[in-house]
Amino acid sequence: MSDVVEKTLTALPSLLSLDSQPGSAKLSSTSKLGNLIRGITELTSKHEEEKLIQRELTSIKDQVSSPNTSMRQMKELMVRAIYCEMLGYEASFSYIHAIKLAQQGSVLDKRVGYLAVSLFLNESHELLLLLVNTVLKDLQSTNLIEVCMALTVVSQMFPKDMIPAILPLVEDKLNHPKEIIRRKAVLALYKFYLIAPNQVQHIHNKFRKALCDKDPGVMTASLHIYLQLIKENSEGYKDLTASFVTILKQVVGGKLPMDFNYHSVPAPWLQIQLLRILSLLGKNDQSTSEIMYEVLDESLRRAEMNHNITYAILYECVKCIYTIQPKSELLEKAAKCIGNFVLSPKINLKYLGLKALTYVVQQDPKLALQHQMTIIECLDHPDLIIKRETLELLFRITNGQNVTVIVEKMLDFLRISKDDYTTIDLVGKVAELAEKYAPDNEWFIETMNTVFSLGGDMMQPDIPNSFLKLLSEGFDSDEEDRKLRLFAVDSYVSLLQSEPNKLPQRFLQVISWVLGEYSHLSAELEPATVMTLLSKLLDLKHTSSETKSWVLMAMTKLCEGGVAISVAQDIYETHSSSMDTVLRQRAQELQHLSQDSELRGRVLPRDAGLMPLEVDSSLSFLDGFVSEALAAGAAPYKPPHQRQEELAQAKALSLEPYSLSLPISMSSCSIADRQSPTLMSMSSGLSGDSTDLSHKGGSTTLKLDGVKRVWGREGYLAQREPVEETAQVEVPSPLRSPSQQAEADSTQSQTPTPTVTPELEQDKQQLASSLFVGLGSQSSVCLMGKSDPTPQRFRRKAQGRASSSGASEKTPTSLGSTPSPVDNLLCNSLLDSNLVSEPTNQTPQASQSLDTTNGNCHEELTDVKENNPSLIHNNEEPDKPKDLCLSSHLPTELSGLSHSEITPLCSNQSVNLSACHVQKEDSLQLVIFIFNSSDSALQQMQLQVDSGELKLSLITDSPVEEVRSHSVAVCHYSVTVKRPSVHVEVLGMLSYQLPGGTPQTIQFSHKLPLTTFIRPLTLSTEEYGSMWLAFSQDTKQNLTLINDDQDPLTTTLNVLKKKLQLHVVEIIGVEGIVACQLVQDQPCLMHCRVHAGTLAVWLRSPVPDLPDCLLYHCQRALQEH
Amino acid sequence: MMRFLLLFSRQGKLRLQKWFTPMSEREKKKIIRDMTTMVLSRQPRSCNFLHWKDLKIIYKRYASLYFCLAIENQENELLALEVIHRYVELLDKYFGNVCELDIIFNFEKAYFILDEFLMGGEIQETSKQIVNRCIESSDMLQETMEEYMSKPAF
Repeated sequence: MSDVVEKTLTALPSLLSLDSQPGSAKLSSTSKLGNLIRGITELTSKHEEEKLIQRELTSIKDQVSSPNTSMRQMKELMVRAIYCEMLGYEASFSYIHAIKLAQQGSVLDKRVGYLAVSLFLNESHELLLLLVNTVLKDLQSTNLIEVCMALTVVSQMFPKDMIPAILPLVEDKLNHPKEIIRRKAVLALYKFYLIAPNQVQHIHNKFRKALCDKDPGVMTASLHIYLQLIKENSEGYKDLTASFVTILKQVVGGKLPMDFNYHSVPAPWLQIQLLRILSLLGKNDQSTSEIMYEVLDESLRRAEMNHNITYAILYECVKCIYTIQPKSELLEKAAKCIGNFVLSPKINLKYLGLKALTYVVQQDPKLALQHQMTIIECLDHPDLIIKRETLELLFRITNGQNVTVIVEKMLDFLRISKDDYTTIDLVGKVAELAEKYAPDNEWFIETMNTVFSLGGDMMQPDIPNSFLKLLSEGFDSDEEDRKLRLFAVDSYVSLLQSEPNKLPQRFLQVISWVLGEYSHLSAELEPATVMTLLSKLLDLKHTSSETKSWVLMAMTKLCEGGVAISVAQDIYETHSSSMDTVLRQRAQELQHLSQDSELRGRVLPRDAGLMPLEVDSSLSFLDGFVSEALAAGAAPYKPPHQRQEELAQAKALSLEPYSLSLPISMSSCSIADRQSPTLMSMSSGLSGDSTDLSHKGGSTTLKLDGVKRVWGREGYLAQREPVEETAQVEVPSPLRSPSQQAEADSTQSQTPTPTVTPELEQDKQQLASSLFVGLGSQSSVCLMGKSDPTPQRFRRKAQGRASSSGASEKTPTSLGSTPSPVDNLLCNSLLDSNLVSEPTNQTPQASQSLDTTNGNCHEELTDVKENNPSLIHNNEEPDKPKDLCLSSHLPTELSGLSHSEITPLCSNQSVNLSACHVQKEDSLQLVIFIFNSSDSALQQMQLQVDSGELKLSLITDSPVEEVRSHSVAVCHYSVTVKRPSVHVEVLGMLSYQLPGGTPQTIQFSHKLPLTTFIRPLTLSTEEYGSMWLAFSQDTKQNLTLINDDQDPLTTTLNVLKKKLQLHVVEIIGVEGIVACQLVQDQPCLMHCRVHAGTLAVWLRSPVPDLPDCLLYHCQRALQEH
Repeated sequence: MMRFLLLFSRQGKLRLQKWFTPMSEREKKKIIRDMTTMVLSRQPRSCNFLHWKDLKIIYKRYASLYFCLAIENQENELLALEVIHRYVELLDKYFGNVCELDIIFNFEKAYFILDEFLMGGEIQETSKQIVNRCIESSDMLQETMEEYMSKPAF
């Protein structure tokens, strides 16, 4: 027995024990459960157990269905059924009885009933609907225990769409006199917030009340919600910082009742929750951080090292100190703390110490240097978990000098790891490091070979994609490119010659592509040799048909010369009768192109990777064929939606609410329609060849912009065009400044730093020196993000604008992010003003600032409307003279339109960034102003913007590279939505250089509410009907109705129309239909019906998430009204 | 947030399961299998934390019983360890010198205690007295303790 248990058991000699008997004496010998359990323990085989349980279940089944069984007996039966289920035997017959027990039993029976329900059913089980009524009844009960049970079961499992039914009752419980009920209600609402945030947003102000509850338990519970809210939007809750700090101060100072102590540490759970909230609030915010320095210092001081729980608090403290704006004294203390963790003999603490180091090492690499010997020891730790955590740490400190050693360690670990999840993760990391810091070609190719072999077929598909992209795009020097490709070819040939049957499919695909594309670079390598090697792959048993088509594609590129052609002929003969149509197609191509070398040269030109290709998306080369067919009497082509309509008209009686019934999304219609004006017709060099084959050939050399996936779900497509699509994959390339690029050029020719592979056992010191090389020198560089003193070896050629918008997937930590005012006030307005006046911890300033932001709110929201000159006026208030002067820099094509307020994004001593947006019919135009406030010109400037939800394309002709002193540069983007979300965010980074200075970067983020993307969608009722049924994503909810003296429906819809730019299609009686679209071409339809004083809305759209987001904004808009 | 809590014996027999997020039966079975094999194969002096998919598994052995708690990645491991410990303390207080048999034969009580302690995957009440008071009051509200103990329902 562990010593902790012993202590526990002796320290707590049943102080408050309800019965003096020891636990085991409670087993009644007559208890049926007791008998069952004993019966099972006496059995020897699994088979006997099965028989016994089946017998038991049959007897339970008989008894539960008998009408004479009392609730009390039922309870006992349920307990036995639960036991059987726990052993893994299904007792589904008892589920309905569990619900019945919860419904009808006395309090004690009920509890077992609820327990059984929560163990048996899960959220989506249909029987759960039967529970709703019971829960409703119990929530209204006067018996506290019943209310508690109902709240517990609600937070455990409740069908999402039934939440509105019980929500008002749960809300009421927030005012219950008993703190335990209030606490449970808060937690239940927290759970609702997690599963359906839309439905509880109207009670945010009640959360605030819970935060100020006099009972610490209720307050603690409310922190769960706040942590979540602040995670999503820290800007909205900055005003609460002081309150959180005060609470933490009181807790740390021991002001809470003793009851909340845990091993004489005051309320550790509460402390940790508060520390987490504070770190979110203080992140990138100097003034907020300053408020918390004192209490953090206090927490560090109070937490004496003696118990796990104080370590837990310390760990959270350290994390917080390193997350918020740095303060040197605190950092020093935190670093000391980390030292204590790392050096502790207790393995759990060591683990946590490593984790803490991993977290802080980017900001303070010296710390890793300090603990290098411990890290080395951990690297050899027998416990794999410790080893894995150490590698994580090493990953963060990798640079150009230590990459070989670290990657070697990671690969060593990969070789022994059996866990798929770890393998996938680690393989990705090795690939990332290899690409970033590879010292030379040989090492890079060899490392990637190991990655492909170890990663197998479960690794992320973007690893092979980006590898191939890297090879095909090349780098700055053609000679280097050639060497790298040549080395790859050589190494693959030797791999194929040894044991190709051990290589995973993904690797074989990479190999065949590279050999197909680049084996001609090797002078001594005959195409025929490669062909033979590749043809062996086709004969391997485990080669998948996807790989086979890669191989055949590669062969098609290679078949040249007598021997090769005969190999091709053989292949054709074996595969031309393949069951797989793709393979058959490939074999045909191989056959044809091997015969006609001239055609092959045109279809598969060598080194075509980077040549821009033109696409004839209107398929004009088929015109001849079409007219011929029409002349011969074929029916003209009708796009699917047209066919639909005709079909629907033919129906005599439509039973559907809105005529059509086949699911067809609008976007697919417009693509199918060749006449559609959205499709550009481009001239095509290939359109002359009208044979089936050249069409195929054309498609293999297509360059379709925006094609993202190679191994995507549309496997077939990927198989057909593996080569070119690979080249198209957008790989996030790390941001870099041009000056670094220059450095790179100079170092690329240098010989790589020779890194020692130390023999571990002999000299750890040596390992340390190779691992931690290059760490000390960079300690002074920027606090945010990893800074590499050595430039990256593999960098892609600058690709103009494309690369600037497709940059970096790393979320840039916004240095000086200022949210757009819309956002700010949206959140602030969640607070109820009368709540603020209640005795809370808030300072009066906070409530004041709240009011003022609320005032702005209307302006901003109404500003969403287009072309309203009076609003521009409002926005450019006299206290913002800069706005006026910046607005004069707006691009000429936008100058006539109304623009939003120009909001500052971030600034430092030399630049100010601000942004505004202009709503156009088909897109949102985002304009970023770069104001150079320094006395010298900014050079080599690069602005990179990116967003997960948005598609940004630069409109300005050429990217600005230089800004003179005290002047403004403008970057103009056209923005459309890729993926709807309530607020969409643009992250950006500006890098520049002052003359004679070092390159600098500044990061920012800019939030845009979804409403700026919503446009009215003008439709007729019939069109609406046809679209309605085609959309699959839907959401229903009740909204508040605005009750004027006039028709409430019309008033409400007009409000929505005004605020959100919806188009009201028609209002019939108590129903109304409304339509809108998200730029561009993402429609959303809304059906409203007045029902029992509320507005029941039903939204549908082809776009996932769009209905939910729109609903959110509708709620907002109505609330604001 | 916590995702699930499992109690199982040294032989890998499940004693208690609590799922804080919805999960299908198949997933549950797989998790139980994975957890028992992973945790039972650990060496005695190794660290109490494990990785499983994107979750962290915190386990601790008390006598013959393993407590195994899954938390989300950003959570604090040490704190989770204390959650387990506090639960053991609560059980101990209720049963008085708790042992595995108490939990086997009165597993529904163990569930009730857990429900008072954790709710929806978060700590609900950290005060030992209050949790116990809740359990007791609900025990006693219906019938007096003596009555309850002298007439075991099963």
